[in-house]
Amino acid sequence: MLRFGLLIIAGLLFFATPALAQGSQTVTVERGGRDYLAGVRAGLPFALVVGVVAFSFGTLARSLGWGVLAPIVFSVATFSVTAQFAVAAVLGAGSGAFTAIAAAVLLNARFLPIGVSVAPFLKGGPLRRALEGQTVLTTSWALAIGAEGRFDRAFMIGATVPQYVAWTVGTAIGVLAHDVGGSVEMLGLDAIFPAFFMALLFRGIGGRRAIAATAIAAVLAVALVPIAPPGVPVLAASGAALLGLKGGSS
Amino acid sequence: MSALWVSIVAVTLASAAIKAAGPILAGGRELPPKASAVLALLTPALLTALVVTGTFGEGGHLELDEKALGVGAAAVALALRAPVLLAVVLAALVTALARLFLG
Repeated sequence: MLRFGLLIIAGLLFFATPALAQGSQTVTVERGGRDYLAGVRAGLPFALVVGVVAFSFGTLARSLGWGVLAPIVFSVATFSVTAQFAVAAVLGAGSGAFTAIAAAVLLNARFLPIGVSVAPFLKGGPLRRALEGQTVLTTSWALAIGAEGRFDRAFMIGATVPQYVAWTVGTAIGVLAHDVGGSVEMLGLDAIFPAFFMALLFRGIGGRRAIAATAIAAVLAVALVPIAPPGVPVLAASGAALLGLKGGSS
Repeated sequence: MSALWVSIVAVTLASAAIKAAGPILAGGRELPPKASAVLALLTPALLTALVVTGTFGEGGHLELDEKALGVGAAAVALALRAPVLLAVVLAALVTALARLFLG
């Protein structure tokens, strides 16, 4: 079964590599007339990573005795990497549903300010905007931010599509290949998730104030992890963005 | 319903509500410049926090293990302008090798 898991990962890598090399270039080169398709292409390298992360979520969920249906339903309905891993970690540690839900809500609370930042660029009335808001992922959001705080709605929606597909399919494959569960750590797959956000960080960072915000956020997160419940360090560290209230340009 | 299904339903509904809140409440108008300045810094701050918690854990204590080596390798690769995919694969590879030989 271990070999099976490796094969799947190798296969994923093989199929995606050409598209990926291309995708990562388009992102950095083009800034002008981006559309849904450009978003899809920019989302591809991240979709591959999401697929591997989903695979490890599937194997983890299965090893916790969740069966086949529940993890897949969870991924299709929620599509939230952090929230789903949090629920798995909390329930897996023997805590109840309330703690699991609280952790997941705290982790996803970042979508409140993200939603506010995206809101002016979405189309239609409140209902349509609420629906379009569902396509916001941390990755797609970070990818779709252009120069001077502009935000490309179509690009974001496009970038979400391949990631959503990878997340649901990857979960299903992980659930079915659950025997490799113990090897998620052995294969170093747990390092993929932070490396993934690191890649986004490198794409988006620019200007002295962004670097200052990054440094403050890092210090806050490191300081809070030992003392605060899951989710709180991320929220509090995001407060480093309040640096933007200070006058002057970056 | 089991704790698992309660969690799945509740987290799904809560996530959808959280994602809908901003677009409903703040939609249809431009944000004031101060708010935009804060939101522009939200990306690096938030991503940094996710990198830190993802690398060192959120289980109530900081865990410095092989994963930090892997993520560090990815950071070096990205600083040298490596593509996303290469950096991420490197993170997994270095972590796995470190666990194999150091663990």
